[in-house]
Amino acid sequence: MAKKDDSTQVVTLLRERRDEILAGWVAGALAGMRGRMSEAEVRTELSALYDALVKATGDGLPPSTAPELDELRAQLRELSRSRARAGSSPSETAVSIFALKEAVLSELDDASGAESLADFLVFSRMVDDMGLITFEAYADARESVIANQADELLELSTPVVKLWDGVVAVPLVGTLDSARTQVVMEKLLEALIETESEWAIIDITGVPAVDTQVAQHLFKTVVAARLMGADCIISGIRPQIAQTIVGLGIEFGDIVTKAKMADALKITLEKAGLDIVRRPAPPT
Amino acid sequence: MDRVPVLKLGDVLLVSIQTDLEDVVALALQADLSDRIVATGARGVVVDISALEIVDSFIGRVFADLAATARVLDAETVVVGMRPAVAITLVDLGLSLGGVRTALNVEKGLKILRQDLGLPMAEDLEAITSASNPLAG
Repeated sequence: MAKKDDSTQVVTLLRERRDEILAGWVAGALAGMRGRMSEAEVRTELSALYDALVKATGDGLPPSTAPELDELRAQLRELSRSRARAGSSPSETAVSIFALKEAVLSELDDASGAESLADFLVFSRMVDDMGLITFEAYADARESVIANQADELLELSTPVVKLWDGVVAVPLVGTLDSARTQVVMEKLLEALIETESEWAIIDITGVPAVDTQVAQHLFKTVVAARLMGADCIISGIRPQIAQTIVGLGIEFGDIVTKAKMADALKITLEKAGLDIVRRPAPPT
Repeated sequence: MDRVPVLKLGDVLLVSIQTDLEDVVALALQADLSDRIVATGARGVVVDISALEIVDSFIGRVFADLAATARVLDAETVVVGMRPAVAITLVDLGLSLGGVRTALNVEKGLKILRQDLGLPMAEDLEAITSASNPLAG
């Protein structure tokens, strides 16, 4: 109970001088915003926060983990999210929360005293916690954005394109790991069925490095395609990659490998009994 | 007990697997098929597994055995219509069905057999039958 008694002075202040403190807070917050939001907007946001704060600090400052603060915390997270969407940096959001300290301090000056200083320190710690909550909410929002993007990237980075009747190609870009290989494999095999293609070209021009694991993944894909009645050509093997492959002792066995995708396409056309010939020059 | 139908299409036997195979059914199919190859003198076998969603290592081996048995009886086997999920499972199990020919669908499977065995193609078949039919043309 002693702690609650200590902080009553600030709490009373918060309640009695609502308008003055809020005005100071809004002014302080606006200074750090560099004109990104209008005063009216900031005032609406902060007065909602202020009221939640006053409500939560019923008869003294509760510890930062108290359930009374749940509503305040939710509001802070929402504020942080909406600010982040508007393009504010997390520090700007946190600074606008910290401005409350200045506003309260300037009001405390009038009714000074050693006790009120102790009160203010407790209050200041609470405002720090509030600022941290906005920081955390910002980081969480970022994390979820990154996770979504990673998923989208996984989908986007594995297009299966049809090159010719009966020939599909997958240009692989980026590092191949188990998760990606699985996606590539499934998409490629489904495309084989859909397009009734007997040939698949796996192009690894965009794969930065080939190690034994990546080779293993490629083999698996080729074997699966063969089980379904299609055959694979691996193309886009850069000189350094070829050297690494030999250095690692990886054997491609009877899998056809080509340096360029064009060569691979040519082979598939040859096997399909198609010739590419130049049209005779028109008579002059 | 369920049985897998074995259909005769000219020189080729068509085995169409419509449900997921139980081990007993798979073994019965193996026996049936070898009987039918001998009885019909078929030169090729097309096994359509496009309806098959689950395979285990046992079924994988049955296919390899089917093909080996057929080869002893001088018939080529083509497994057709394998689903991607099934292919991935087999690869993960370490089974590559070595020695079994595969094709994307029945049509392509029949084409492969006809090319390999020098059997007449579908168009040629029509020509032969119409030529040998005194009532035609």
